[in-house]
Amino acid sequence: MSALMTYAPAFPEILLLVGACAIMIADLYVKDQAKGLTLWLAHGLLLACAVVTLALFAGHFALGGKPRLMLGGLFISDLLSHLLKFAAYASTAVTLVYSRRYLADRGLLRGEFITLLLFSLLGIMIMISAASFLSIYLGLELMSLCLYAMVALNRDSALSTEAAMKYFVLGALSSGLLLYGMSMVYGATGSLQLADVSRASALLAAHATERSFLAFGLVFVVAGLAFKLGAAPFHMWIPDVYHGAPTAVTLVIGSAPKLSAFAMAIRLLVNGMPELAQDWQEMLALLALLSIAIGNITAIAQSNLKRMLAYSTIAHMGFMLLGLLSGVVGGNRLSAADAYGAALFYVIVYVIMTLGAFGMLVYLSRAGFECEKLEDLRGLNRRSPWLAFLMLILMFSLAGIPPTAGFYAKLAVFSAAVNAGWIWLAVAAVLLSLVGAFYYLRIVKLMYFDEPADTGPAIDVAGPPEMRALLGANAIVLLLLGILPQPLLNLCFIAIQAL
Amino acid sequence: MSLPYLSLSIWVPIVAGAAVVAAGWRRGDQRAELQRRIAMAGAILGFLVTIPLYTGFNLTAADFQFVEKAAWIGRFNINYHLGVDGISVLFVLLNSFITVLVVLAGWSVIESRVGQYYAAFLVMSGILNGVFAALDAVLFYVFFEASLIPMFIIIGVWGGPNRVYAAFKFFLYTLMGSLLMLIAMLYLYGKSGGSFSIVDWQRLPLALGTQVALFFGFLFAFAVKVPMWPVHTWLPDAHTEAPTGGSVVLAAILLKLGAYGFVRFSLPILPDACRHLAPLMITLSLIAIVYIGLVTLVQTDMKRLIAYSSVSHMGFVTLGFFAMTGGAPTAYGVEGALVQMISHGFVSGALFLCIGVMYDRMHTRLLADYGGVVNTMPRFAALMLLFAMANSGLPVTSGFVGEFLVILGAMKVSFWIASLAALTLILGAAYTLWMYKRVIFGAVANPNVAALKDLNWREATALGALAVAVLFMGIYPVAFTEVMHASVNDLLRHIAVPKT
Repeated sequence: MSALMTYAPAFPEILLLVGACAIMIADLYVKDQAKGLTLWLAHGLLLACAVVTLALFAGHFALGGKPRLMLGGLFISDLLSHLLKFAAYASTAVTLVYSRRYLADRGLLRGEFITLLLFSLLGIMIMISAASFLSIYLGLELMSLCLYAMVALNRDSALSTEAAMKYFVLGALSSGLLLYGMSMVYGATGSLQLADVSRASALLAAHATERSFLAFGLVFVVAGLAFKLGAAPFHMWIPDVYHGAPTAVTLVIGSAPKLSAFAMAIRLLVNGMPELAQDWQEMLALLALLSIAIGNITAIAQSNLKRMLAYSTIAHMGFMLLGLLSGVVGGNRLSAADAYGAALFYVIVYVIMTLGAFGMLVYLSRAGFECEKLEDLRGLNRRSPWLAFLMLILMFSLAGIPPTAGFYAKLAVFSAAVNAGWIWLAVAAVLLSLVGAFYYLRIVKLMYFDEPADTGPAIDVAGPPEMRALLGANAIVLLLLGILPQPLLNLCFIAIQAL
Repeated sequence: MSLPYLSLSIWVPIVAGAAVVAAGWRRGDQRAELQRRIAMAGAILGFLVTIPLYTGFNLTAADFQFVEKAAWIGRFNINYHLGVDGISVLFVLLNSFITVLVVLAGWSVIESRVGQYYAAFLVMSGILNGVFAALDAVLFYVFFEASLIPMFIIIGVWGGPNRVYAAFKFFLYTLMGSLLMLIAMLYLYGKSGGSFSIVDWQRLPLALGTQVALFFGFLFAFAVKVPMWPVHTWLPDAHTEAPTGGSVVLAAILLKLGAYGFVRFSLPILPDACRHLAPLMITLSLIAIVYIGLVTLVQTDMKRLIAYSSVSHMGFVTLGFFAMTGGAPTAYGVEGALVQMISHGFVSGALFLCIGVMYDRMHTRLLADYGGVVNTMPRFAALMLLFAMANSGLPVTSGFVGEFLVILGAMKVSFWIASLAALTLILGAAYTLWMYKRVIFGAVANPNVAALKDLNWREATALGALAVAVLFMGIYPVAFTEVMHASVNDLLRHIAVPKT
């Protein structure tokens, strides 16, 4: 029994792997008309994983929250990993609820979608708990391969296929960059384990030659990371993939994988190479500024909602990076927890906002009609004041206007950046977020100021009640977090502090 | 004293706003009458809960009163910290009072999306009370920014033909200002060792260079709101396109946020920078007073005219705050500016209501379409005359008190500043009375004017209430200034001490 219990921190992964395989097999016997059963099984599995993770979190917290390495140093179990995994389950469950009708209308609600989604979640969880270059890479590939396939789920759509190809080719390239960088670091430090890498690089960082060798590897690692995050100038795939994928799949790509990208950044940079913070913080500063600028400015020119939200994602990842790059000030790590906690809060709030925004698009789409143009939201307040209000909250939250959660996310990262002395960066980011406010306001304008177009496709705003309720809860959570952000903020800081 | 009146003044209108929307759930405008009544009840209740703030106010204390404090976001040491002093308490009352009138003014005019209209105004009323009562910088910022959302919707949905442009301009202009203020606040947060309390910041020693940088951070936010020349251009657009109620709230309350920010943040927290940059601020104020006064003269649209006149009048307010002698502004100047802010709230609100009254009947705001209104609307003409006189600063009206005190304060600083500022008495009279003459007097201009009906009881009540306020403030200004004395004197003493 005790031998089994040593694997307890990996139970969620084991459970999910076994469960996903079981669902894959069970699904073969489920008729196409009854795919709801598979969905229920998936929800049950997620719930079981969530319960286990919650138990682990509570147990871990009670024991003081010290990180535990296991499985020969491949796997780390800490409060951050439990929190992120929990968020990933929630996001996946929400995705399943949102996408059900959309996929059913298009004949895409097949076992493949559900299994791929579960395996991509497994990849995400492995990345979150990775303690070695090897497990990071394995998790990343597991997640990415599932996502490539999901983008191409709609085989007959040229747009989707093209998006999948782009995603795959560029994704493979970025994996190559990441691997190359990892191999350089491995060459310099002689270990794949992040804890050893951290120790070895601390010794090496003192010597100029070794340091430059490490920094060289670091450049590739950061580039690979930026690609996965979708930070400019490695953002090219985002608009095409977001646009080309079926909206339900865009919902998947835009949500939980961001959590894993954040975890990857924390593991690789903060856990793995804290001594090189000076170097990677400067790289991240450049990435952050470019992302915020390119994301926000280009989003204005978009007439397609999915593309617009894709560019907004790029900008948001830039804001999140503001937190990551403010942790170490002149070798001093005193404010590190504040800064990384701010970034963690940002990414979680961002995932909630993305789920809501794409969820709304999925909700408004119908069989034979894709709600994806700005025009499609015209006069929404006339058709459904409630939905328009929810979208209003989502948009103001994305723009970072109080009283919504998006404001505190921005407040936290700006505060971290200003405290770390990145004032010019904070001012630039703030001014660019003003640019960003414009295109979110434009959505509000379309919904509230304009009358519904008579000629446009008449959208009936009724939908599955469970989805309607969840969408409402999703947006209202942002408003509630905007009024009382304390619980989530505290959770984020507790998780980061134990890092 | 036992009830949390400040919290009530914030949350009663907001809850009423939610109730208004809930009353129309899935029925929309079929329930309009019920929604109007709920809105009215909410507005009146919202006003009633602010009255104890005045009656229970301790005139001798300079400190904050009715203080409420609770931890809000412990991680950042952000508190739900409310309180009013002699400077802010009157604005809470003014705002709640104006809200009642705005609800009244929209009664029979707004016919589409009634619930949303009233909800937006009530929510905004609560938010604005929050701005004036907040003693925590983040709480202040949250309310300051949140007020943009309902106003954006109000202008954009119920506004005039060019409403979309005006709504965006309003929102983006003010957002830009406040974002820079946010950075300044975050810097102060770090400097003060992790406090967002405005009171703590006032005691924080800061080098002059830092103060100047922070001053500009705050300046953008407040100058846009005031609005000061040259960042005033959003105001005429927003005013012109907003529905009557929107214009009233904009002029009466929203414009006060900027000036209030100067008194609450810039002057006490950055006194040395204020001293250092006073010449700049005085210049900008004088440009607003004189140049914008001239611009006002040539307006052909009544709402634009009053909007520009607001800019000119607000120039007086900033002049009062920054005309410094002996290291601090004069008590006359600051009190005059505060009186001017309140008076302007009454007078410009009333003038926008007057224009609204005519616009509802004629559907035009152009001066050229009017003439001879006195023949068909004599009662209206009489009331409007009073407000026109107040706008031009005639003694016995509220407009006189503030302007006189500010000029008195400026005279202590420099004869020339005072004389330039005094030009407004001529310009103000010129543009206001000229407008009045062209609209009200003369021969009946066209059949539309001939068909005008005089005020209905709702309009008469709203304008009558404002007329009483304007006259009362003109005859017995002590009722207002006595509230301010202790806090203003305390502020002046504080400013006079260098912080560097």
